[in-house]
This record gives sequence, structure tokens and C-alpha cells, in this order.
Amino acid sequence: MIMIITQAIRFGIVFLYGSTGEILIEKAGHLNLGIPGIMCLGGVGGCMGAYWAYQGGAPAFIVVLLAVFMAMLFGALGGLLYGVFTITMRCNQNVTGLSLTTFGAGVLGFWGTQMGDKEILFAPASRYAFTPSLFFGASTPDNWFTTIFMSHGVLVYLGIVFAIVVSVVLKRTRTGLSLRAVGENPAAADAAGIPVIRYKYVSCILGAAIAGVGGAFYLLDCTRGSLEYVIDAMGWLAVALVIFSLWRSNISIFGSFIFGFLYILPRYIEGVGLAEKEILKVVPYAATALILIVISFFNKKETQPPASLGLPYFREDR
Amino acid sequence: MGNQLAIELVGITKAFGTKVVANKNVNMDLREGEILSILGENGSGKTTLMNMIAGIYTPDSGKIIVRGEEAVIKSPIDAFNLHIGMIHQHFKLVDLFTAADNILLGERMPDDYGKGPKFFRWIKFNHLSRDRVKKLQSTVDQYGFGIDLSRKIYDMSVSEKQTVEIIKVLYRGADILILDEPTAVLTPQEIDKLFAVLRKMRDEGKSIIIITHKLNEVMAISDRVCVLRKGEHIATVETAKTTEKELTDMMVGQKIDLNINRELPDNPKPRLLIRDMSVVNKEGRTVVNKVSFDVCGGEILGIAGISGNGQKELLEGIAGLQPKASGDVIFHNPKRDRPVTFYHHDLKKIKAMAAEGRFHYPNGERVDLTNIKNKEIIRLVEDEQILFYEDEIIDLKDKSPREIQELGIKLSFVPEDRLNMGLVGSMSIVDNMMLRSYRKGNSVFVNRKRPKQLADDIIRDLEVVTPNDMVPVRRLSGGNVQKVLVGREIASSPKVLMAAYPVRGLDINSSYTIYNLLNSQKQRNVAVVYVGEDLDVLLALCDRILVLCGGQVSGIVDARKVTKEEVGLLMTKVPDKIQNYTYEEMQEKGEDNG
Repeated sequence: MIMIITQAIRFGIVFLYGSTGEILIEKAGHLNLGIPGIMCLGGVGGCMGAYWAYQGGAPAFIVVLLAVFMAMLFGALGGLLYGVFTITMRCNQNVTGLSLTTFGAGVLGFWGTQMGDKEILFAPASRYAFTPSLFFGASTPDNWFTTIFMSHGVLVYLGIVFAIVVSVVLKRTRTGLSLRAVGENPAAADAAGIPVIRYKYVSCILGAAIAGVGGAFYLLDCTRGSLEYVIDAMGWLAVALVIFSLWRSNISIFGSFIFGFLYILPRYIEGVGLAEKEILKVVPYAATALILIVISFFNKKETQPPASLGLPYFREDR
Repeated sequence: MGNQLAIELVGITKAFGTKVVANKNVNMDLREGEILSILGENGSGKTTLMNMIAGIYTPDSGKIIVRGEEAVIKSPIDAFNLHIGMIHQHFKLVDLFTAADNILLGERMPDDYGKGPKFFRWIKFNHLSRDRVKKLQSTVDQYGFGIDLSRKIYDMSVSEKQTVEIIKVLYRGADILILDEPTAVLTPQEIDKLFAVLRKMRDEGKSIIIITHKLNEVMAISDRVCVLRKGEHIATVETAKTTEKELTDMMVGQKIDLNINRELPDNPKPRLLIRDMSVVNKEGRTVVNKVSFDVCGGEILGIAGISGNGQKELLEGIAGLQPKASGDVIFHNPKRDRPVTFYHHDLKKIKAMAAEGRFHYPNGERVDLTNIKNKEIIRLVEDEQILFYEDEIIDLKDKSPREIQELGIKLSFVPEDRLNMGLVGSMSIVDNMMLRSYRKGNSVFVNRKRPKQLADDIIRDLEVVTPNDMVPVRRLSGGNVQKVLVGREIASSPKVLMAAYPVRGLDINSSYTIYNLLNSQKQRNVAVVYVGEDLDVLLALCDRILVLCGGQVSGIVDARKVTKEEVGLLMTKVPDKIQNYTYEEMQEKGEDNG
């Protein structure tokens, strides 16, 4: 059981990165369905960074740092691309996002095939830098508490820090207030003197950068360097988690554990056929649908998506 | 003070696209410490002009001079920096936020805020503490606004939202305030309160511009009045030295002879009787208030009024599209004539109905039974050779919008945003025709033949400029889109055609095509209701004009005799004695003359 919870947290963090990024983007009024693709891009960047640093013989924390930096850079590039299309050119956000997903998954697939034997390439770097020993030292006592909360790589904690920071910024600061205003009513924000376009760009790029780290985390930490190309599938769950957590990244932390638990549960259930395990994978989506029904039932304005989510903004529109 | 200029506009011009010129070479000034009213009809460019001062639009040419210095106002931020604040007609508030959050929104850190390095000061400023809200509340209480700033905007009434907007602008340090039709949404008591606040602000030295089209408010609140007409500045006068009559004349301008072909209505008979119709809108305000009138077959009834005075809601009420409409709409359906043999046992009823004028002979002549003996009547009824006909009388109260449409009562409404209602922009003309006819036919598959024929007819008859009939409607120019919209309603051979703003934004030639279309419908004995903005057109095209003001009928007048100024006055004020011009009156007068 302790094993399952530990794994649930670890997998949940992948969703947490994606949903924290997506929350930041959606709060600015942009529905980015390109999150799965951006996570793929981040995965590519993260692996590259970790591989280079490891080959160069850098200390462990530099390996992590470079991996995170490259993942954020690649993610940010995806976010910038999305921003240029949807903010400046005012393209349809759904179409742009979906094509970005296809693009990102394609890039990861292409790059993965080009790299050849991934096991040999990335597993050593992953074992070297993404182990808990970096964070807590090797001498932690072995009990249930440390197994659940302290046996993870450093990126697990970074994900939680990101989620908390985003939550605090959105709720407690003027910057967050302005950002939420942009997503709720860009005309009002504009009239109040908020640079709407700049806010939209910053949130699109920053959100994508955070989501990008999620991809790197999945490849380097969760799967220990073996490239299984299912990041985009996990990306969709991250988007679902945004709705599940009612656009709040602090709720998203707990939501991600639940999603992680539901995601890995089929692997640990004994005596169930393959088909039944496949069906169990539906549960997170079903839970999201249930949440949607419940919130529409209460019809509270605070639990609704940002009012101008998905709508382009142009000041001189009549 | 007093005579120094707060704002001076020199030669401001602004156009949207190539055709619509919203402001043309406008010169205007605002003195410090005064209330200036901007008066004008719809589409006279008041709001556009003010939006340029507030940085929402940028002028194509001309200069804006603020406190003696030429200013470039490219965005609302620039306007803030010049201490100019605008309160828009549609409030720019975030519903989900509290009033305090809305007021604090977008505030820049003052240079003298706090102590220490800039970054730490910024962190401190950026933090939203509860204390700041409390402080804000106490300042607001000092001014006596009496509003709880911790409430969310979506819980507030319109008047409270407006108060929040005013506090917001004052909090940001504005001393030039622009209010865009602030009274349109308020009750009379709330208006008095608002005016008191405005006067207090003026006495404190603020300069205020108030956009309005209500004459009594202009006279009550303002020091000077600036009149705009069709995007041009007409005059700026001292309120004390002018009269309502003079202002109306300036607002509506000289009568222009449009030379639209107009024939006398041929035997007009009531087609649609509206009795005591009231409509309550979503916000719970009564927007149409006990309106009663008749529309006759073979006439064009114009509806005049400043937009937002209930025109849209009235038409939608008739078409069954307003769920909260009360009152009766009786439709006399001329085509479903029935022989009167139906009633042949009830002589009294036949006589009574004939007296109401509800029967006519097959040739359209009205049946008069006053001088015919009972025996003769029975013979006429029972003899199969001579038949009486009557209009089918239908109460539209319980009919669905679709049933009302199928009875031949068609509404073609051209909204300000033309593609938003009635047509699907990404579909072709043919497919848009099919939107109205898809229910016909029994096959699962759509039949494109008839709609295509219809589309081609419209393209040919109305001279729609399009490469072919399969081009998405969105790619046509505005005028051509409108021709398609109006053409489609006319093609369904309606019995009542309600056309609201069918020439909105059209050039002269296209407008005349539409006028001719409406006239040809009139000659086919269709009852045409025309809602228009341009008084000259209403006076030249219509037979009678119903004037709406504040959702009430302020008069039904003879379009051939009435003057523009009279209609203009009716539009701004409901008179004590309401005129109701009918065709019986016209015939009586005709007999007198003969």
C-alpha cells in the first residue's frame, strides 16, 4: 500500500505540472489544448539537458538544473508559438492547441527514434541526478513516512512549489488579480489600464514552461529514463485535472494525487484481466465529468471557468 | 478657473472601415469645472468621440489638447496618466470580483510608495492585504457613497455598479470625467442621486462630460451643451440661453427630401392588433410599457425612437421571442378566408361581426349589412353562389415563435453587428436560404434545388454583388449581407413584415433597393413595420409613424403631415395628450375635402 501511495504521488506530479501550467494559461482566458504537446517538447528538452550535463561530468544538481532549464525553454517555445497564433493572430484556440499537441508528440517521436537506444542514453543520467539522495542525503531512516514523502527526486517538490506559488500569486497579489481580470473580462482589464496582450503572452509562455518541466519529470524521474511515448496521454489527464480542481492550483495538488492513484491503480490490482484494467483507466475522466456535473448543479460563479476563456480580444472590436 | 480649457478637440476625424465615418472634423472644448452635455441622435458619433479621449479608439486625424498641451492618447493607460476617466455605458467591471478588487484593478505603484529597494517596495505593493480594502472602504464612506466594497459585482444592482465605476475613476485620480449615457439604466430616484453626486464633483473642481439624448436631463444638469449630428459638430451653446425646441432642431437638422416613391395605402384594413403589450427584460426592467396599436395591410408603419427605447423588444414580443411579454396580439389572417355559412344559424352573430367589419366579398369589398333585411341575409349566406368571407382571427398569445412565423409574420432584424442574427456567416447564400425552408419536404436528404433558385432570384433581383451563390455570406460586404437577409424574409411571401434597421450601414443605392422592396410589399397588401434610425427616411417612406419613448407610445402620427421636429420632440418626451392617427381619420378628412 505504501508503495502504491508513493507511486501515486510520483505520477500525480506529472499531472500537477501540466495542470498548474494550464491553470495559469486559462486564467488569462486562453484554452491551451496543446499542453500534451508542450509536455512532449519539454520532455525532449529535459532529456537533452540532462544528457549533456551528465556527459560533461557535471555535479548532480547541475544536471537537474540544466534539465529543468531546457525543459522550460522548450515548453516556453511551444507556448510562444501558441501565443503568436492565438493572441496576435487571433486564431481559433482549440485548433491551434490541438495542432500543437500533434506537433509536440511528433517531435518527441522523431527525436526518440533518432536517438537510438534510449535506455543506455538517459537511464544513467536519471539514476545519477533524479534520486532522493540528492535532496535528503543517503542517511534517511526507513519508515512509512519517509517512503511516502521523502523518497522522491527533487522535481516532485519543485512541482508542489510551483503549484503553491501560482495559487498564491493568483489569489493574493495584484499581478494575479490583473491576470484573472484579463481572463474574466479583457475589455474591463484594458479599460483599467492593464496591458492585456503582455499579460496574455507572459501567462501563455510561463504556463507552457511549467508544463514542459512535467514532460521532463515524467521521462527522467517517473520512468527512470526509458522513453515510453505516453506523455500526450498524460497531458490530457492534466487538462482534465484543471477542471477537476476548479481552476485552483492548490486544490490541484491533492487532485493530482488522486489522479495519480487512479492512474497507477490498474497496475497493482491482482487477478484482473487486461480488458478490465483498460476500463479502469477511464475513472479519472469519469471523475472529471462527475465534478463538472456537480459544479453546474451548484451554479456558483466562483467555480466556473474564466468568463472569456477561448475568446480572442481586440480592443477596437465594435 | 472656470474659463481655462480642460480638453480641446481640434479637427477630430475617425472612420471605421472605408464607408462608416463616425466623426468628421469635430471641434469641441471642455472648460474646467463645468458639466458639458453631449447631445445627439443614435449614430451621431457621441460615444466614438468620447472613446477617443479615453484611449479606447485612436483618431485618424486631428488633435486632442489636454490642459493646454497636445496629448497623444493611445491607450486607457495614457488617459489615466492625463487624469481622464470614462464611465462606459456597458460597465467595464469584472463580475466575479468584489467592488474593492475592481477599484484596485490595474493600479500602478506610486513612486513614493514605501521605503527601501524598489523590488521590496513592489512586493509589498503587489500583496493584496485586507487592510487596504478597509482603508479604501473608509475613504469611500467619507464621500458618502454608501456602498459595501466587499460585495461581488454580480450581486449588485445597475445603480450600484455605476457607483463602483465612479468611485474607481475618482480613486485613480481623474479630474476629467466622461459618463456615457449614465441615466439610461437608472430609475428617476437614482438619476436624482447621480446628478447630486455630479454637481458635488463639479463644485470640487472636476470637469465632467455627460453623453445623453434626453433633453430634460440636459437642461437639468449641464452648464453647456454640445450638439452632434451624423458625426459632425453642430454647435455648443450655454444651457441657460437655449430651449428644448432649439436643441431638438439642432439635433435632427433640416428636412432632406429623399424622393422615395410613396403611394396612398389602398384600402388598409387592420392586420395586426396589439393591445397593452408590456415586456419585462432580463434585468427585470419594463422596457415596453402598455403599447397598443394596429398595423394595417397595405401600409408601412414606421417606428421611430432613440434606439434602446423598446423597439427591439416590441418586435420580438410580437414575434413570440420575448418570454416575459404580456398583452394581446391579434392577427387577422386574410388568406384563410372561410364562407360564413359556418355561422348561418346565428343571425345576431353574423350581424355583429359584419358591424365590426370582419367580412368581405370575394372581390375584397367590405360587407355592410345595415340596410339589408334578415331574410336577404339568410339567402345570401345559404345560397352557395354568393359567399361571405371572413378573416381568420388568431390570438398569437399562445403560439410558439415557429407557429407565428408559419402564419406569415416575419421579423427581419438587422442588429448593429449584422452577422450575428439571422444569417450564418460561414454558410453560403443557398444554405442560408435553406435555414428557413429545411423543414419542408419529407426526405432525409436536403433538397438544394429550391433554395438555390431562391438564392439566384435574390442575387439577380436585389443586385447582390457576389462571385456566385456558394460564397460564404461572411465574405460579402455589409450591404449585400443585408440584402440577403431582407430578401429571404420577403421571399417567403409574408403577411406581416417587420424590418428593423434594414438599411443600417448601407450606402445610398442599396438603401433605395431596400425601400423599393418594402414598397412593393406594401402594394401586395402586406402589413409592413419599418423600424428606422433616420428620421428623413421614416418621414418619406412610411404612411404612419409610431413614436416610442421609454417603452411607451408617445404618439402615432401621419407621416405625410408631421414635421421632423415634432417627431424629434416625441422621441425625447411623452406628451400629456397622446395622438393616435388612424385611416378612418384620413378617410373622414378626405370626405370633408370632397
